[in-house]
Amino acid sequence: MADGAQPVGHRAGLVAAVLVAALILGCLLAVFLRAETGRGMAAADWAGVRFTVVQAALSALFSGVLAVPLARALARRRFAGRRLLIALLGAPFILPVIVAVLGMLAVFGRNGWVSLMLGWLGLPPLQIYGLHGVVLAHVFFNLPLATRLILQGWQEIPAERFRLAAQLGAGPRAMWQLLELPMLRRVLPGVLAVIFAICLTSFAVALTLGGGPGATTIELAIYQAFRFDFDLARAAMLSCIQIVLTGCAALIALRVSRNDGFGSGLDRPVQRWDAAGIAARVLDGGIIVMAALFLLMPLAAIGLAGAPGLHLLPGSVVVATLNSLLVALASTGVTLLLSMPMAITIALGRGRAVELAGLLGLAASPLVIGTGLFIVIYPLADPFDLALPVTALVNAVMALPFALRILVPRAQQVVTRYGPLALSLDMAGGPFLRRVLLPRMRAQIGFAAGLSAALSMGDLGVIALFADPERATLPLQVYRLMGAYQMQAAAGAALLLLVLSMALFWSFDRGGRWHAEA
Amino acid sequence: MKYLAIAAGVFCATAVAAETPELTVYTYDSFVSEWGPGPQIEKAFEQTCGCDLKLIGAGDGAALLARLKLEGARSDADVVLGLDTNLTQAALDTGLFAPSGVTAEYDLPMAWDDDTFVPYDWGYFAFVHNVGMDAPGDFRSLAASDAKIIIQDPRSSTPGLGLLLWVKSVYGDEAPEIWADLSDNIVTVTKGWSEAYGLFLEGEADMVLSYTTSPAYHLIAEEDDGKTAAVFDEGHYLQIEVAARLANSDQPELAETFLKFVVSDAFQSVIPTTNWMYPAVIPEAGLPAGFEKLSQPEKAHLVPSADATAVRDEALAEWLTALSQ
Repeated sequence: MADGAQPVGHRAGLVAAVLVAALILGCLLAVFLRAETGRGMAAADWAGVRFTVVQAALSALFSGVLAVPLARALARRRFAGRRLLIALLGAPFILPVIVAVLGMLAVFGRNGWVSLMLGWLGLPPLQIYGLHGVVLAHVFFNLPLATRLILQGWQEIPAERFRLAAQLGAGPRAMWQLLELPMLRRVLPGVLAVIFAICLTSFAVALTLGGGPGATTIELAIYQAFRFDFDLARAAMLSCIQIVLTGCAALIALRVSRNDGFGSGLDRPVQRWDAAGIAARVLDGGIIVMAALFLLMPLAAIGLAGAPGLHLLPGSVVVATLNSLLVALASTGVTLLLSMPMAITIALGRGRAVELAGLLGLAASPLVIGTGLFIVIYPLADPFDLALPVTALVNAVMALPFALRILVPRAQQVVTRYGPLALSLDMAGGPFLRRVLLPRMRAQIGFAAGLSAALSMGDLGVIALFADPERATLPLQVYRLMGAYQMQAAAGAALLLLVLSMALFWSFDRGGRWHAEA
Repeated sequence: MKYLAIAAGVFCATAVAAETPELTVYTYDSFVSEWGPGPQIEKAFEQTCGCDLKLIGAGDGAALLARLKLEGARSDADVVLGLDTNLTQAALDTGLFAPSGVTAEYDLPMAWDDDTFVPYDWGYFAFVHNVGMDAPGDFRSLAASDAKIIIQDPRSSTPGLGLLLWVKSVYGDEAPEIWADLSDNIVTVTKGWSEAYGLFLEGEADMVLSYTTSPAYHLIAEEDDGKTAAVFDEGHYLQIEVAARLANSDQPELAETFLKFVVSDAFQSVIPTTNWMYPAVIPEAGLPAGFEKLSQPEKAHLVPSADATAVRDEALAEWLTALSQ
């Protein structure tokens, strides 16, 4: 497509993509250049690569497969507390790892609620540790995200299609084949690729739930190379493997995923005539209740553990909270500034390289990126002084793939539907953005901003490499409290973090009610 | 005249600034936190030194060394506090450290004759459990029992590495066999101490790898005498934490003064109830009440620092093989 045939330009998106790629690859290069000759990759590292791929693939598969019925049930039902449930579903994703793991084990651990109930029935405790435990934990983290993204896919099917299908007498099965399956074919591959990429850099979850060194991931091997052997070349090498693996997954996803949409409707609320049967109601209800139990019980455990610790919170937690809020807001701004132009470029059909660049931030090891930034900044400035801006920037780049998944489908719809009309009215550039594109993407922008803010709140990220006592974020403060035996205060701080992240997410997400309301 | 006055003003200002020199000390994160020794140490030292003590936390001991290697000779650090004997040889090899003239009557379980590194506290690694449990008395009986333990990964955690060297010191070539027998006792391996200790407190295991001094925290800070550490007849592995000054420091005299301060009463009396370790020199007032109730190992093990890297690599390979089955 020539430039002239589009209402908006694609250059800004390309520039954003180049900036992101330069940041990530530049950091990798810096680590490589700083490296002395190491011992190269060991057999144990390759075992780590294998385990990482297996657990990430299984985690993505299970999260995706389980999210489909859940998203379908949520798309078909309206009930009191639905919005609250959908918002709460976002919570596992944004928790600091250590908190989420403790919450999960309070429910599923050897001494957890489920094991306790099994004990009443005279059964042995649940065996959570192993590959299945790793996958279970990753599903806990990612099922909500997958559900939200797929749910959005459902809501992008125009109401008119369902109406027409219902008029033509389509039952649930026909509805599935005609409308829902094609939508999933379009949405699901991208969702799977993103979850695969997240799980590739998993470390503490995989190790703790994996039950032993058999569950060594690439990220742990990087950690070992860095702090055990100070072998920077191997650390950078391993991070390259992470990037290549993510790149492969993304390419497969882009290839499999079909880009033909459903055309557009008149933005009417969806009514589902196919889902009125009693069997469908029971099925959907059952799925929603099961999923809510699975996802909310660990959150309840975190709440119960944290409530008594809230009054123990020291003053430093207030400072850390303010730091975290600042970082979250800044990184949300940066995410939107990067992701909107990139989403538009992808929507204009110039997407592949841009989409890959978007995934880079997620694919590269946070430890290597942090180290690379340190090497780059050190000769120029005191890295400690820049701890918070650097954290905001890295968090923004890491949230980018999620923002793109949310923004791109809608941007495609809007450009396809309104682009020609706008051009015929000679309305392009700024006016098109202001009057057509942005208002129609309000919901997605709100969702992306909320997710990005919450992610940044909960992420430990690179701050741990740069932090000094005055510049901690809330997740770092949770770790510090735990490290000082202050487990109860740590639980209180974790609860505070959970509540604040949810509040941030909720307030941004409210900006666009339509997609969760429909 | 006017210029002269300005020049004099500038001169005076720099003189004032030079009067309060800044001493930068890199240490681990938990040292600088408000519950750690950091705040009290800073106050005590600044009372006498006429300087500004800047404590900077960077991860844990191993991360600290990696950080110094990254910064190299240009580092702002004057003193590093928080390496242990497993790291001192690697630290020496960087050539970044300078010898100190500090000597003291150390109360360490073994003789200390290193002229670069100044020990400031120490502890024994041990398995902590609830009072009332019939705890095993050595690794073999632990492996034979059905007690569940949580340990830390030696690749990412200092206690985890300590356990690795502990088993290796006691059992030598039999270490892989011990690990194979222990594998069904290990509930899980965590990234760091906090995760492991948190899981233990949640009741996920009977015992957790920590220090003999951990029960002192529960006893003194929480008035809870329900935790104790199992004493193994074959002895316990030692961790000795040290400080040293950097060769490229721009405050060599102040750095030396700080190292002297480290072995003084003012520093040592803060350690037991903030870092929850034994002080390297027992302060005049003795140990705080409660420390006398702690388990006392009869025998101490420590791999000489010169051999630490070689022993560590061999032990890690054995550990990975035995537990990855």
